[in-house]
Amino acid sequence: MGREEILEKVNEIFQEVFDDDSIEVFEETTADDIEDWDSLMHITLISEIEGEFGFKFQMKDVVGMKNVGEMLDIIQENI
Amino acid sequence: MLPKFIELKKNCKKDMTGLHEMKIALMGDCATQHIATAIKGFGFTKGFAFDVLDTDYNQVIPQVMDQESETYKFGPFIVLMAMCVEKLYEEFVAAEPEARASFAKKKIDEYVAYWTTLKERCGCKIIMFNFPEADDRVYGNFGSLVDSSFIRQVRELNLLLGDKAQESGNVYIVDVAYLQNAFGRSFLHDEKLYYSAKMTFAPDALPYIAKEVVSIIENITGHMKKCAVLDLDNTLWGGVVGDDGLDGIQIGELGIGKAFAAFQTYLKELTKRGVILAVCSKNDEDKAKEPFIKHPEMVLRLEDIAIFVANWEDKASNIRYIQKTLNIGMDSMVFFDDNPFERNLVSSMIPEITVPEMPEDPADYVSFVQRSNLFETISFSKDDSKRTKQYREEAGRVQLQASFSSYEDYLKNLEMVGQALPFDTFHYPRIAQLTQRSNQFNLRTIRYSEEDIKNIALDDNYVTRYFTLKDKFGDHGLISVVIMKKEEEALFVDTWLMSCRVLKRGMEEYIMNSIVAAAKEAGYDKLRAQYIKTPKNSMVEHIYDNMGWKALGDGNYELEVGNYENKKTYIN
Repeated sequence: MGREEILEKVNEIFQEVFDDDSIEVFEETTADDIEDWDSLMHITLISEIEGEFGFKFQMKDVVGMKNVGEMLDIIQENI
Repeated sequence: MLPKFIELKKNCKKDMTGLHEMKIALMGDCATQHIATAIKGFGFTKGFAFDVLDTDYNQVIPQVMDQESETYKFGPFIVLMAMCVEKLYEEFVAAEPEARASFAKKKIDEYVAYWTTLKERCGCKIIMFNFPEADDRVYGNFGSLVDSSFIRQVRELNLLLGDKAQESGNVYIVDVAYLQNAFGRSFLHDEKLYYSAKMTFAPDALPYIAKEVVSIIENITGHMKKCAVLDLDNTLWGGVVGDDGLDGIQIGELGIGKAFAAFQTYLKELTKRGVILAVCSKNDEDKAKEPFIKHPEMVLRLEDIAIFVANWEDKASNIRYIQKTLNIGMDSMVFFDDNPFERNLVSSMIPEITVPEMPEDPADYVSFVQRSNLFETISFSKDDSKRTKQYREEAGRVQLQASFSSYEDYLKNLEMVGQALPFDTFHYPRIAQLTQRSNQFNLRTIRYSEEDIKNIALDDNYVTRYFTLKDKFGDHGLISVVIMKKEEEALFVDTWLMSCRVLKRGMEEYIMNSIVAAAKEAGYDKLRAQYIKTPKNSMVEHIYDNMGWKALGDGNYELEVGNYENKKTYIN
């Protein structure tokens, strides 16, 4: 799966989790850019991405991801 | 399949106007935001608008002990205590080795102290999680032999939680340990989410947790399943009795008959707990009944079935007939049928009835019903096992009635004997249960826990009566409850409810006579009463009018005791 395709899927998951179809995420997007992206949402995202891509994040990923780009890196490594 | 956590989260934003509103205070020693979201979102699917106060992380002690805490200001109907096994373990390892064998006993004292304080200060019901058996395996298998091992202490604590909750009467336990047994530790818990966010339950497990919590709340508010309506062919046995014949159906040894025998055994266990079974089958009646009478490997027998309907009418009509005969709410019935067409027909014609999507493989029937948690209950009394028998006796009465020309003759012939007695310890469970179960003949629909009933029974400001009725067909047992509160001017009928099984036997009149007698005995000239309308109790909307009480408006009534003439009944 190419990076762009992964980003597209991740974007859908963001829209689903935040219940907002207008959300668009980019490589540089951080939690500061999305109003509701708090720890509760973060966990929900983690869990949805795990379910969608069929792997488990490591704890360092959960606490260490700085932006969507890093999230994509980890997904790419694991699928 | 349950809705996913993310669906539950979306539900929280939906319009909840018109739903059953309820305040829940959530406190715990783990992160509780996700739990709050899941419960609110799941409640929505069951018609509840929960207002959840999610208190801060690990603030149980200040929330309970500080009289000015958010919880007490909030005034919750329910306090949900989410204690997690991870925190329990932290405490366990911090305990001195010699203190570990009594760790569970120490913890239970602590929890009971919370419960007692909460109850005293806000009179709420309490729902608490028990602990999944997360073990450190320090002793491996030997841990189950060592009384100071964590696994032993967790198991003991879970038993103690059950014991103490039962004693308390207002505490209900969510059996998280069961959920973990059913779904596995790795489903229930994700370590990294606990270490990073203090979440004890993984998001995928939360809908299951929420479902159990909401089931308990449904029961507390009187929504429970009372009757299983069963199809026969390929539901209770394999094959079609009309085609395959008595010897050809698969039950017991033949074919996949073991799976059906297990399902029947499970249903029979439910009857011992008070669930009523009814049969609704497209069959000739004699052919349908034959296996129940003659097949040696059938587990269910005719006496286990409260009402047996086998004909060629459509199932929706037959279910309506069953509901009318049993006189219970359609929403308290569950319909089991292997055939998707029949299920679809019934659920579209009768939206109130629950129609589970049965698994395709009959081997999965039992585990499916177990996990669906359809027959949750919050009480058990020893009379529950007699319920099927009582409904069968009722069928006998219906036949007798048909043989008399007048209803009065029929009533005389029943040889009814009634009793009116003040509450006693022996009957607290049944009395509490009736206040929780009765919806139709219930004037004010106030739900009481066993603990509440005990307090009322011992309080001099109340006059209490329970009523029993028997006749020549059998004993109905305890079928009505009246709680009267002493006010300055009048004796107030706080609660009057009656089982619909005994409607129109003159029991209403018998009870009214007894209420008036009780008022006289307590030295009152005047009685006061109230009818509070619910979606289900319209049958008693005018009962006080019909009994000659004076209507004061807004459902309030009074009666001058001196003007009352005893009503005629055929109950001795």
